Amino acid sequence: MPIDILMPALSPTMEEGTLSKWLKNEGDSVAAGDVIAEIETDKATMEVEAVDEGKIGKIMIPAGTENVKVNAVIAVLLEEGESASDIGSGKKADPAPAPAEEATEAKPEAAAPVPAAPKAPVENTAAADPSIPDGTEMVATTVREALRDAMAEEMRANEDVFLMGEEVAEYQGAYKISQGLLQEFGARRVVDTPITEHGFTGIGVGAAMAGLRPIVEFMTFNFAMQAIDQIINSAAKTLYMSGGQMGAPIVFRGANGAAARVGAQHSQCYAAWYSHIPGLKVVMPYTAADAKGLLKAAIRDPNPVIFLENEILYGHSFDVPKMDDFVLPIGKARIHKQGKDVTIVSFGIGMNYAVKAVEELSGMGIDVELIDLRTIRPMDLPTVIESVKKTGRLVTVEEGYPQSSVGTEIATRVQQQAFDYLDAPIITIAGKDVPMPYAANLEKLALPNVAEIVDAVKAVTYTA
Amino acid sequence: MATRKSATAASRKKPAEKSGLNGGITEFDKETELEAYREMLLIRRFEEKAGQLYGMGFIGGFCHLYIGQEAVVVGMQMALKDGDQVITGYRDHGHMLATGMEARGVMAELTGRQGGYSRGKGGSMHMFSKDKNFYGGHGIVGAQVSLGTGLAFANKYRGNDNVSVAYFGDGAANQGQVYESFNMAALWKLPVIYIVENNRYAMGTSTARSSAQSNFSLRGNSFGIPGHQVDGMDVRAVHAAAVEAVAHCRSGKGPIILEMLTYRYRGHSMSDPAKYRSKDEVQKMRSEHDPIEQVKARLLELKHASEDDLKAIDKKVRDVVADSADFAQNNPEPDPSELYTDILL
Repeated sequence: MPIDILMPALSPTMEEGTLSKWLKNEGDSVAAGDVIAEIETDKATMEVEAVDEGKIGKIMIPAGTENVKVNAVIAVLLEEGESASDIGSGKKADPAPAPAEEATEAKPEAAAPVPAAPKAPVENTAAADPSIPDGTEMVATTVREALRDAMAEEMRANEDVFLMGEEVAEYQGAYKISQGLLQEFGARRVVDTPITEHGFTGIGVGAAMAGLRPIVEFMTFNFAMQAIDQIINSAAKTLYMSGGQMGAPIVFRGANGAAARVGAQHSQCYAAWYSHIPGLKVVMPYTAADAKGLLKAAIRDPNPVIFLENEILYGHSFDVPKMDDFVLPIGKARIHKQGKDVTIVSFGIGMNYAVKAVEELSGMGIDVELIDLRTIRPMDLPTVIESVKKTGRLVTVEEGYPQSSVGTEIATRVQQQAFDYLDAPIITIAGKDVPMPYAANLEKLALPNVAEIVDAVKAVTYTA
Repeated sequence: MATRKSATAASRKKPAEKSGLNGGITEFDKETELEAYREMLLIRRFEEKAGQLYGMGFIGGFCHLYIGQEAVVVGMQMALKDGDQVITGYRDHGHMLATGMEARGVMAELTGRQGGYSRGKGGSMHMFSKDKNFYGGHGIVGAQVSLGTGLAFANKYRGNDNVSVAYFGDGAANQGQVYESFNMAALWKLPVIYIVENNRYAMGTSTARSSAQSNFSLRGNSFGIPGHQVDGMDVRAVHAAAVEAVAHCRSGKGPIILEMLTYRYRGHSMSDPAKYRSKDEVQKMRSEHDPIEQVKARLLELKHASEDDLKAIDKKVRDVVADSADFAQNNPEPDPSELYTDILL
């Protein structure tokens, strides 16, 4: 059967082009791969190659024709034993789906509205915290120890879990988070890497794609900028791009945010950055119990989890329940203190300021409900909304930059979902919109402070 | 649905080894030669069809064809065994077919249909098969080198004797993470074969204009990684090098680099008019070094096959490809509900 040769689309956006030249005449034999014509698009002159072998039976569009639509028949190819008289009995390749414009031209009445995207599934289905049995011993533990205990417990439980990063093994951790792990688990499972974030992050993601459970420690998240392509393009997207066949069960953890006097390149918060990415979970604990329970959950999670720690919090002590297997749900906020007058939402080191502000405000007779978000993505918005419905006022607190911050995301969604309950504009407190300065006084000014939070709460409660 | 056997050594007769790296070739017996012919022809015809479907608007976006480079993946794959992993960049259709992935599933992914390997959500550059140990299909130049090194890390961690094969082009060979990976692979003796598919052009930039050292087999020197240049247009030379490289890796000696000297006949992508090279250059490669024609000539010369035998193979291959194209055009697009699936587990 004769084969129609169609005007090809030669770029992602081409709809028509000029058939500038025929390089074969009617009657010429062609083999697959032979150049038969030249086509001019708005971008370039391209060659058209024959896909099948045969003889050019008829040229339908003469050389020099402009505005030839993609998929128009430009020539007919005869296969062995066929002649020009067979033309017309030809099979036409199935037409390509018509571009929207063409469909509209042909049948304007049939122009169907673009179907609406399906509704996004409700993203927060996290269970509540497990109940701690009465009489459970509470042990004062630093965040540092809690993180180490979480990794050690999970490594004992699952042979596939391993830790890799700079100075995690022999040095015992740049911030001593991995202290003792090399001694217990050996060099096979506690792997010192060279200073080479892009490379070892890719290796970690590859190992995760192969089914291992890597914990990749970044000495600080500032250095993960070298590796952010592997985190986002490889770890976060592979599950989707593979149609669910394979993903990357991996934890990226390390110190995040400002430490003290380390300047602009070593002081920034990545909570908002990573929370932008579908396919990632982003956890940022404040207390040692949350650090332990959530890190254990992150290691067990089949998805890539960004686990943002804070150098200043490493040395803080909190009560941690002494339980065999204390695991907390990712995606669930924790009400740090109940209250009725105003809601403050914070997370990570931001809680440090918020807790102090709440104490001060309590002395002034303002009863704050303080919510520790704990997980930035998926975000437990229902807990925030429920609180705002009760208090009618909201202040958010974080250390990151103000534009497109976690606070602005919360503010947007609260005004969309609880507008009628708000009695005052939402105030978002963040770090100042500047690279972190080195000078002690300027650094202090660049970070959020307790007085700012107190003032914000007074403003939204009209008690200033 | 036409099915194909997985193209692994396990499913083949072992060809007789003659010599190895540095210009050596494996003398193929009749059966192996025919297998190589079929495999390469399938890739060639599949890619021609993909180009045609692109021209018809069935395939969108970017589409990078492998035509001309077929001997590289086919020769490599013949030396692998079950459990060995393959990973590559965005010029990936040939690799998928070589690992035994179904032509239908690959073509339907190219057309963005639900029957595609990624259910239409990956496209030409992002396709995977856990079943065939094919780990993508990566759109970011060079990313697969670190990921492939990670696959090797997993093999070593588990103590199995599998190797991973990380393919990348002469363009990717200039990315920093490649050398970070080389360093760790050599340091930790990871079983990874780095294949530099040197097709002379990174998009439109020739190796001479992009690379201070354009002998890519030397790029591992400072890490102590051995490297060899291989005639990537001769499937027997590829196979010989592959056998030795696999043995090197499996025996715990760490990574190895094979630079495959190859050539892509088509432009970088469908919209590349390839003005950066002469037609004579392309024509010379096609007429003097074509990987498929080389096998065909040997088959005929040694009377391993007649013209009719080869036509029959050609017909079978065309049928598989035509079937995949029909499937890919008629298979439905993914259900709108797929928009929100496979983001998190």
